[in-house]
Amino acid sequence: MAATDPMLSDGVDFRTRLQNWLPKIVLAPSFAIMVIFVYGFIAFTVFLSFTDSRMLPSFNLVGLQNYDRLFRIREWDTAVTNLAIFASLYIVICTLIGLMLAILLDQKIRGEGLLRPIFLYPMALSFIVTGTAWKWFLDPAIGLENTMHLWGWESFEFDWIKDSEMAIYTIVIAAVWQSSGFVMAMFLAGLRGIDNEILKAAQMDGASNFQLYRRIILPQLRPAFLSAFVILSHLAIKSYDLVIALTGGGPGNATALPATFMYSYTFTRNQMGIGASSAVIMLMTIAAIMVPYLYAELRERK
Amino acid sequence: MALASSDNAVRSSNVARFFIYLVLILFALFYLLPFGIMLVNSLKPLEEITGGNMIALPREWTIAPWLSAWSTAQIGVQPTGLRPYFINSIAMAVPAVAISTIAGALNGYVLTKWHFKGATWIFGLLLFSCFIPFQIVLIPMARILGLLNISGTTYGLILVHVVYGIGFSTLYFRNYYAAFPTELVRAAMIDGAGFFQIFWRIMLPSSGPIIAVCCIWQFTNIWNDFLFGASFASGGSAPMTVALNNLVNSSTGVREYNVHFAGAIMAAAPTLLVYIVAGRYFVRGLMAGSVKG
Repeated sequence: MAATDPMLSDGVDFRTRLQNWLPKIVLAPSFAIMVIFVYGFIAFTVFLSFTDSRMLPSFNLVGLQNYDRLFRIREWDTAVTNLAIFASLYIVICTLIGLMLAILLDQKIRGEGLLRPIFLYPMALSFIVTGTAWKWFLDPAIGLENTMHLWGWESFEFDWIKDSEMAIYTIVIAAVWQSSGFVMAMFLAGLRGIDNEILKAAQMDGASNFQLYRRIILPQLRPAFLSAFVILSHLAIKSYDLVIALTGGGPGNATALPATFMYSYTFTRNQMGIGASSAVIMLMTIAAIMVPYLYAELRERK
Repeated sequence: MALASSDNAVRSSNVARFFIYLVLILFALFYLLPFGIMLVNSLKPLEEITGGNMIALPREWTIAPWLSAWSTAQIGVQPTGLRPYFINSIAMAVPAVAISTIAGALNGYVLTKWHFKGATWIFGLLLFSCFIPFQIVLIPMARILGLLNISGTTYGLILVHVVYGIGFSTLYFRNYYAAFPTELVRAAMIDGAGFFQIFWRIMLPSSGPIIAVCCIWQFTNIWNDFLFGASFASGGSAPMTVALNNLVNSSTGVREYNVHFAGAIMAAAPTLLVYIVAGRYFVRGLMAGSVKG
C-alpha cells in the first residue's frame, strides 16, 4: 500500500491522524493475505517449477528441465488435447443452448418464472453431485442404454463412458448440463437490457424477426458473448471435480485434464517439479484470457 | 438483475409459439431428469435398480437407503455414514462465509469511499486472484498448513476458504458500494462521523441485498468445493463433497446405487435449498461475478 495521505498534516491530533489511517489499516489484513497467499504462493510454485522437487520441495535449480520433460510426457499431451476438445465443445454448446433458451424465454412465455429456475438449478449443485448422477445415467449396464433395451430398442448403444475414444464427450455432456442455464441467464439479462424503442422502429420499417435478431439484437449482446466466453473458458481450464466424479480420469487416462494431471503428478506420483510446471502453464493460459478482460473492464469503469 | 418480464417488441405466430414451448419443455426435462431420476431411485430397494427400469417409479418405496447413507454407510474405512461429514461441511462453511463476507464488506467500503493512490491496482490484483487456477497454490498451501499445524483439520479449510473467498466478496461489495451516493458519506464526515460510524450507521443498513448475495454465493462455492477438501482434509475431517466421492467410488463390496443417490441428494440439499429460497439473490451473485469487473 504505497500511498501518502494528503490530508495528513503536522497539526492534527492523534484522533484525526488515526481516522486518516483507519481505511488503510482495515484493508491491510486482506492486502497481506492476498500478497502472501495468492501472489507469494504463485511465485513459490513458479520457483518450484525450476527445481528438482519430488516428494518434498527442493531448492536445487535445474533450469527449464521440468518444462522440457513435461512437454514430452504422453499423459500431458493427452490432457492438453482433451482440454482443447472439452473447452471448445463446452464453450460453443453452452453458448448456443444458452442463447437459444434466452431468446425463446424472451418471447413473453407463460410460465417463464417456473422454467427459468429449472434451467438454472444445476449451477447450485456440486460437480461431484452432477458427476454421480450422470455417471450412473451414462452407465450402459443400468442407465440410459439399459432403459432403451427394456423399452424394446435392443440395438440402442450408448457406452461412451466406457470407451476411451468417446469418454471425454461424456464430460462435455455433464458440464453443459451444469452450466448452460447460467449462460442463459447472462444472455437473458442482456436481452432485457435492449431498448424496445429501437426494436419497434425497426419493425415498423418492415424488418422480419430474423433480421431483427441478426442485425440489431445479437450485435447488442456482444458484452454478454464476451463474458460468457471468458467465464466458460476459465471454468473449463479449472475443471477438476467433474472429471474425478464422472470418470476418475479414465478409462485409463483417456479423460485426464491438466488439472487432474497436476494433482496426480504432485501428490500421487511425487513429481512436484513437473506438477508445479503444469500448474504454471495452467495459470498462464488463464492469465492470457483474464488479464486483458479484467484490464478492459477496470479501465471502462474509471 | 432485471430478469422480470419486459415489453418485448418481437412477435411470433401460433405455430412458432407451439415449437417454442415444445423446445423449452424438452430442455426443462433435460435439466430435471438426471436429478429427478436420482431422487426416485434413492427410494427403491437395490434389486429394483440393478434389475429394473430407471425411469419406473419404485414398486416398493423405502427410506432405508437414506438412513444408510446418513448413518451407517461405509465412507473410507469407517461405517459412519455421511452425517459426520455433513457436520464438517457446516463447521467449515459457516465461519468461512461469515469471515469472508465481513472482510469483503470492509474492503469494498474502503476501496470505494476512501480513495487513495493505488486502490484500483489493489482491486485489480484482488480481482485476478478470484480467477487463478487453484492448482497454482496447492503445494505452498499444503506446506503452510503443515507449518501452522492445522493441516487436515477443519480450521485449515476455513483458512483456505477465507483466503480465496475474499477476492469475490470484495468484488461484490465494491461494485455495490460504488453505486452508493458518496455525498451521504461526505455529509456524515462533515458532521464528525468517524470511519466505523459511517460504515455502521450509513453503509450497513442499506447493504441487505448485497450481504444476501455474498453469503449465498460464498456458501454455494465453499460447500461445493472439492479440490481443497480433497487436498487438505484427511479422513475424519473431510467435507461432504469428498465423503460423497469416497462413498460413490469405493471399490469394496456391492455398489449400493440407491445409497449413493441418497448421499448425493444430501450433499446437494443445502445449496439447493438456498437456491430455492433465495434464487433471486443467487442469480444476482452469478451476474455480479461475471458481467461486471
